[in-house]
Amino acid sequence: MSTAKQRFTLAAAAATFASLALAATSLTATAQPRTDLVVGMALEPPHLDPTAGAAGAIKEVTYANLFEPLLRVDADGKLIPGLAERWTVSDDGLTYRFTLRPNAKFHDGTAADSADVKFTLDRARAADSVNAQKAYFAPISKIETPDPQTVVVTLSRPDGLFLFHMASGDAAIVAPESAATNKQKPVGTGPFRFDRWVAGDRVVLDRNPDYDGVKPKLDRVTFRFISDPAAQVAALKAGDIDAFTLFSTYEALPEFRNDPKFTVTVGSTEGETILSTNNARKPFDDVRVRRAMAHAIDRKTLIDGVLYGNGVAIGSHFPPHREGYVDLTGLYPYDPAKAKALLAEAGYPNGFDTTLRLPPPPYARRGGELVAAMLAEVGIRAKIEPVEWAAWLEKTFKGKDYDLTMIAHTEPLDIDIYARPDYYFNYKSERFNALNDELNRTQDPAKRNALYGEEQKVLAEDAVNGFLFMLPSVTVQKAGLTGMWVNRPIQANDVTGVSWK
Amino acid sequence: MLAFLLRRLVSLIVTVWLASIVVFAVLQLVPGDPALLMLGVNAQPDTLAALRGQMGLDQPILTRYLQWAGALARGDLGVSLTYARPVAELVVERLAVTLPLALLSLVISTALALPLGLLAAARRGRGGDWAVLGFSQLGVSMPSFWIAILLILLFSLTLHWFPAGGFPGWGGGIGPALHALLLPALALALPEAAILARVTRTAVLDTLAEDHIRTARAKGVGRAAVLLRHALPNALIPVATVLGLQISFLVAGAVVVENVFTLPGLGRLLYQAIGQRDLIVVQGVVVLLALFVVVVNALVDIACALADPRPKGLSS
Repeated sequence: MSTAKQRFTLAAAAATFASLALAATSLTATAQPRTDLVVGMALEPPHLDPTAGAAGAIKEVTYANLFEPLLRVDADGKLIPGLAERWTVSDDGLTYRFTLRPNAKFHDGTAADSADVKFTLDRARAADSVNAQKAYFAPISKIETPDPQTVVVTLSRPDGLFLFHMASGDAAIVAPESAATNKQKPVGTGPFRFDRWVAGDRVVLDRNPDYDGVKPKLDRVTFRFISDPAAQVAALKAGDIDAFTLFSTYEALPEFRNDPKFTVTVGSTEGETILSTNNARKPFDDVRVRRAMAHAIDRKTLIDGVLYGNGVAIGSHFPPHREGYVDLTGLYPYDPAKAKALLAEAGYPNGFDTTLRLPPPPYARRGGELVAAMLAEVGIRAKIEPVEWAAWLEKTFKGKDYDLTMIAHTEPLDIDIYARPDYYFNYKSERFNALNDELNRTQDPAKRNALYGEEQKVLAEDAVNGFLFMLPSVTVQKAGLTGMWVNRPIQANDVTGVSWK
Repeated sequence: MLAFLLRRLVSLIVTVWLASIVVFAVLQLVPGDPALLMLGVNAQPDTLAALRGQMGLDQPILTRYLQWAGALARGDLGVSLTYARPVAELVVERLAVTLPLALLSLVISTALALPLGLLAAARRGRGGDWAVLGFSQLGVSMPSFWIAILLILLFSLTLHWFPAGGFPGWGGGIGPALHALLLPALALALPEAAILARVTRTAVLDTLAEDHIRTARAKGVGRAAVLLRHALPNALIPVATVLGLQISFLVAGAVVVENVFTLPGLGRLLYQAIGQRDLIVVQGVVVLLALFVVVVNALVDIACALADPRPKGLSS
């Protein structure tokens, strides 16, 4: 009995090797550039409807590939046409007129027209909406559809970020026929169609032959989900994956950089990584304590230790690659003696005990250890408390029951969170709120940038949180692949411009 | 016998019911809001309330338990909060990976262990025996996830014979699917084979010491024939018992190995569902696993009762 089984196993193994050999020869025989792509991602999306969930992975699969908003954000962070081929804004900043592509179609063959846009926007701002960014749609007061190709949106108040928000995945245009089933069978207007989802492993898209815009060079794109760092490295080295985006196993980068088979790019994300501080809780309600912590943290060592040098320091809550950025990293130079003096001045000559809660991402777990060690140098004894995401959201974010925590805020242009009442920083500043109100009323880009600068200065002076570094966008890809985004101005893996040499 | 079966059935139902209460209660105590997890840090309170309403989380705890348990009693596992798909569908989809993985490793471990055990018994105290005992010691002391990493290093990264992980799905044909499952099955099978080889060796040696073997030898039956025709069939009974025990170990080990090879099996489903606070999926999978264990135990009990008439005569 056992020998029969063994023979079967041997035969199966032989058959496998034979098929492998065949595959190898067929690979060498083709001289044409490849037209398929396998992209690795750390996290699997829970579902594929970008208008009903905040998980970054949803947009990283669907944005620009499957679904198109009215406008799109390109690799440089600029607004480019999406489903709308052009748009105008009235002088008072209240009326937006969008002209849609005349021949746009959903993947099920139905026309994508102004009625679908109206449906999408109404659905997102309805009372029962489950859009993760419902606030993006709050300024809308009226949506008119004079003809199938034209949408006129009227706002109740000016909103300088309205176009930017309408270019986000949360504003992807969906059809009433398929909106309810998009989570499992997404139907969009993009250059790729949904093919299949092997739950727990991969999502496969193929080229949409009826796409009315510029057709992509790839005819098949597979997104594979690998959360284990060792497995990520193994999959790249084994050639199973052509590119891994938002790669966070930074210690493996030197190996890939030295291997001519791979290209490594390091760009920027919108993720300001901060030491969030409960400004309402003693002793952090004293600005001298917060400034002492700012002096106690050596960002260079932190970036070297956490990101293996692949990151940029920040001095406030704003990314260096955006217009309007002000460099405030010199405001609190690393100076443990100064930190101790400030603590003594605040009434803590012997420091104090506190808790540093750390969510699961490696940057937080690793960075948290280093931050705690740096704080200990000046007498702040932070007990580390690792928590999982669900618990972090519940206790820290929603419950605001924490002292310190470390987290990357990945939403683009999100400095307005400091103006929100009840946000988990418990920060209250009349000065900041006034600036934020003025920003919302301002359309002129130069004036907006100046206001952004003022906001950054206020946050840095108040040392609201420990401002640490920008999370990098690291992509490890096979040499010969072109068109992958280097920076990540929005949560996306836009592969519409990717090709093989 | 009927009374015995009835009692088994009642205790089976009670156990699964208790399991459903425990898993439901534990998940209520763990912090975490599925709606907040879904909508993230920018969600507005009214949006969260709307989603909680859709998920049925705005109902009182007792109502939710009764609704879920009532549906469960009718065989309905409910709909996943995150994936928005029926739990039964998700489980069946994941079993398509976990079951073949467990079966394949069961086949591999048996195919390795029986000949090795037999060889060791036949060569007792000599080189072959020591080699098998050495392999077995090594196999028992190395956990399957460590073996998995070693296998990936050799066969995927150095020789490029197998993918380093992932699963193409059965839709792409049996060949690629088996190809993806072979390394993880091997990782899972090696420690089991090590144990099984030892059990086989001991069982065969025990049988060889019995009277009927001596009689057979005295009648002039050859060494090999005695080993294969007389000793092995008798030794298979203890081997089969251990094999049965190993099935639950295989399912447990599959959870770890699935994570190393990023295979979309039941273990990873459970792991992800806990992270996402997908209460309905966690509850359903845990109750199903409890049912599986209880049913296997009951079957073993019934088989024993059938094979040995004494207990039921004494107890009923």
